[in-house]
Formats: sequence, C-alpha cells, structure tokens
Amino acid sequence: MSQRPSLPNGLVAIVKRECATCVMVTPVLARIAAEVGLTIYTQDDPSFPADLTAIHDADLSVSWHHDIETVPTLLRVIDGQEVDRSVGWSRAAWQALTGIDDLGTDLSVMRPGCGSLSVDPNLEDELRARFSGSVLRARRVEIADAEDEIEALFNRGWTDGLPVVPPTEARVLRMLAGTNRAPSDIVAIVPPDLIEVTVEKVAINAVMAGCLPEYFPWVLAALEAACTNEFNIHGVLATTMPVGPVVICNGPGTRDIGMNSGMNVLGQGNRANLTIGRALQLVIRNVGGGRPGEVDRATHGNPGKLSFCFAEDELGSPWSSLAAARGIADGADAVTVFAGEGPRCVVDQLARDPDSLANTFASCLRTLHNPKLVLAFDAVIIIGPEHARVFSDAGWDRERVLQEIHSRLQISGTDLARGAHGIAEGIPGHLEHLTLPKFRPDGLLLVHAGGGAGLFSVIIGGWANGEVGSQPVTRAVRY
Amino acid sequence: MSAVLLDPTNERRVAEITRLTRPATLAGLTVGLLDISKARGDVFLNRLETRLVEIGAEVKRFRKPTFTKPAPVDLRHEIASQCHVVIEALAD
Repeated sequence: MSQRPSLPNGLVAIVKRECATCVMVTPVLARIAAEVGLTIYTQDDPSFPADLTAIHDADLSVSWHHDIETVPTLLRVIDGQEVDRSVGWSRAAWQALTGIDDLGTDLSVMRPGCGSLSVDPNLEDELRARFSGSVLRARRVEIADAEDEIEALFNRGWTDGLPVVPPTEARVLRMLAGTNRAPSDIVAIVPPDLIEVTVEKVAINAVMAGCLPEYFPWVLAALEAACTNEFNIHGVLATTMPVGPVVICNGPGTRDIGMNSGMNVLGQGNRANLTIGRALQLVIRNVGGGRPGEVDRATHGNPGKLSFCFAEDELGSPWSSLAAARGIADGADAVTVFAGEGPRCVVDQLARDPDSLANTFASCLRTLHNPKLVLAFDAVIIIGPEHARVFSDAGWDRERVLQEIHSRLQISGTDLARGAHGIAEGIPGHLEHLTLPKFRPDGLLLVHAGGGAGLFSVIIGGWANGEVGSQPVTRAVRY
Repeated sequence: MSAVLLDPTNERRVAEITRLTRPATLAGLTVGLLDISKARGDVFLNRLETRLVEIGAEVKRFRKPTFTKPAPVDLRHEIASQCHVVIEALAD
C-alpha cells in the first residue's frame, strides 16, 4: 500500500481541466495564490490552470488518500491536518476559508463542482487496489501470460464445474466495499476442515461466484447460518442423500438487490439468486475443503448444490413471512438455510376450496422420501400465489394452513410398519399400534413465492432432522 | 501483463502424521469398536466383538452421538487413551 501523502500547510485546491467549475474559478485561484498562497493539485492536465504552478496528481494518490470526491475542493491545512474544506464553488465559503472578503464577486454565488477523477467508476477499482491492496492477506497467485485465467482456475480445482470470475485484487476490494466488516474478521468455522474463514476469503469466493458487492452481506449471513452446529453443514455435505443448503431470503433488502421471488423463482436468469447460493457453496469447497467424492459422498446430489437461493414474495403474500414466523422483526433482512433436496411440483388446478387443496398438499407431502417414513425429515412448502389465494380467500392464515396440513398427515402405524403394503421400508413393528405424524410440529416451513399464473406449488424435501441431523437456521443480515 | 489472482482456499499446510505399524496379531490388545449410530451398525459390531474375543482381544465399545457429525474430541481422546486399535463401523 502506498503511503498517505501529506498535504502542505496553508490553502490547497484540487482541480481538473475537464470540470467547467474549475475552469470558471481559475481567476479566483490566481488571486488566492497571489494574496495568501495556494498549493494546487491538478488531476488530469498538468498545464492546468494556465499560468499557475500546479502539482500533477498523476496517480491520484493525493486525491484518493484525502477523500476528494468533487473538484474543485478547497482545503485549509494546519500542521499537516485538514481543518476546513469547501466542495464546489461557494463564494461565501471560499471567502471565509481564504479571508479574502471580496473574492469572486464577479462570479455566481455558487456552482456545483464535478466528480473527482479518484471516484470515477472506471478508475475506482484500480485505485482501490493500488492504494489499499495490502489490506488483503490472501496468497497471490500469478497467472502466466500464456495461461488462460478461466482454465487456470479450473486446473487448480477451485471451481464448482462452471467457470468462475477470476478474483483479482481490484474485484475483491470492490466486493469488500459491500460490507462494513473488516477483511480480517472471522465469519465462521467452515467444515469439513474446520477452518476459520475471514471476510476476505469469503469475498474472494463471492467474486468467483459472480456476486455484486451488494449481495455480499447476504453471502456472509448464509455462511454464518450454515456453519452452525444446528445446521450441521458437515453432515449436509457428507451425507449420501441428495441435499444441499437451500437459502431462503427475506426482507426489503431482497428487493433492493433485485432478487427474484416471482416468476421462475427457482430457475435461471437472476444474478442475485444464483450467485449468493453459489458463493456459499464455493466457500464450503475452497475454504472448508468439502469436495464431491471426498467428504461429499452424495449418491446422486442435485443441481441445487451449485446454488439454491431465492427470496420470498412478501409484498404479494397474504401472510406474514417465513422470517417473521422464525422470530425476525418486520422489516429486517434475514436468511434461512434449510438442508434440502431438489424441488418437486404440487399440481392442483381444480383447487377452489381450502379443504380440497389441503388434502392435495397432505397427499403429496405424504410421499416425501418414502410414504412409509415419518418424523425423520422436514420440508419447505413454496406456495404459489394462486394456491395461496385459495387459502387466504377462505380466511386461513399461515398457522391455519400448516395446522390443516399437519392434521391430514396423522398416519396409522399399521400403514407404516416394515413390510406393510408390500414395502420393506417402514417403522419397526413394535410401533405399529401408534398413530404417527408425517412431520414433527415445526417440521413444515411455509414460503410464498412464484409467478402469478399457475395453480402450482413446490415442495423441497429435507434431510435427517433434529439434533442428529440438521435444523433450519435463520440469521439476520448484518451490513 | 500476467494476472495476479487471490487464493480462494484455506492455504492450510496439512500436518502429516505417520500411522502406527499394523500389529501382527490382535490377541492381547485392546480393540475399540466405534458405533457411529447408523442403523444396524450394532449388528455388525456385535459379530466383530464375538470374533475378537475368540482370538483373545479385549474389546471396548464406543458410540458417537450421531453419524452426521464428527466424533466429539473427548470421545476421540478416550478411544486413543484406552485402546491399541480402533474399528469404526459404517452400516445401513
């Protein structure tokens, strides 16, 4: 990292020729220089202002380190410390700063300045890397001229099977601008290798996943939630079952970052949905060391293990949100992670009354993993808007919907016993006198999402639940 | 100009530990049998225990709380301090 350049004592102006306000104040600058002394830094043209001595801030180091966002900026410096600043042209402010009472009386009272080159979007990333690159601790990997960057990342085993964005210093620094957390902060201990992962390492993987900086707080929250003992990402990764972390996002921030909660909510095409979940999985792979065929022993896996992340449609929902049901305050942003398989469709196009539709949900949910297995697995119901309307028009709220579905899933042990209905799988024979629920009481998570047309919903089956397996975990997003 | 990228991995240097020499016989040794709590693991381990006792081994039984998580460190220490060898059973 370059040293922060000190400013000379006295008055200092930062200007550029490209700025009309800077050109306008040139006579004013000349008068200040003549009467009380002035150091001028010029950003673009070293010969500007004409006839005045100016220092060319060629690498924009002075502008960057002194947070110049607008030109002209006029500063007063005493003992190397900035004590006053005026941005743009303001006759009164410049008169006060310089002590010249009749300064610029022939100019307008004020005129806004222009953007400083040091905050030019085309230069900012490069400048951030140049001037603050050393905050990054990760090992530098040099890629040869003749080497294709994308292929180099494949060759090192750092991708999930799709190309990744090369994590340059500039990109990683830009990602870190998406959070107020320090790059060295520990976010979580990542299984299976139980590695303390820093914000910086997460940012590197978020860059590779294709995230924008504004997605980054969501990646951090999802990672924190996944790396809890309750969620047990180690087991979710290691299991032979086809599950992975499903990330469900809630709150107004989902709309701010453009997440999809509507049409094709679980499909392709939305950058935030696809890259937040992908970043989480890349951290598990690259930092945690969780790779398929090694600790990941999945028999089949599922495509959602690349990324499975979506937002709840809260504005269109007749009910409170999943996050609210799990204790998050209204208006707060949160993620819920669920150990889930791929989505399956619930079709009921004749649904007009709530009891009929509840029967459909119960029948479909009954088959989850095996119609004869109960209590061992949770499920997420992603209810489509047209199905939700059937319930809400009848006055059913979230709790009523879940209670009605649960009540239809009380199953006689004789139907569940091993061997019953010609199926070996099932509960041990000594339990067959019981009536057992398909799901534990809090084992169904209801989320409202999907397009406005289609009497469909979606079920996501879970993995071994409770303390022996995985609990859904909800975490607030921190900015 | 060649590109400089940042390493996305944990940059861990793995400590290498040499395995103990395989014993010529289990007779007279203490053998730990670790049940990872998967269904029917006990069936397999019960059979192993019978065979091990027949050849003169002393058997100690251990059990993980759940197969979905790594063995707790205290359990690993207990096994390491009480047994000469350990057999971990995976079953379904």
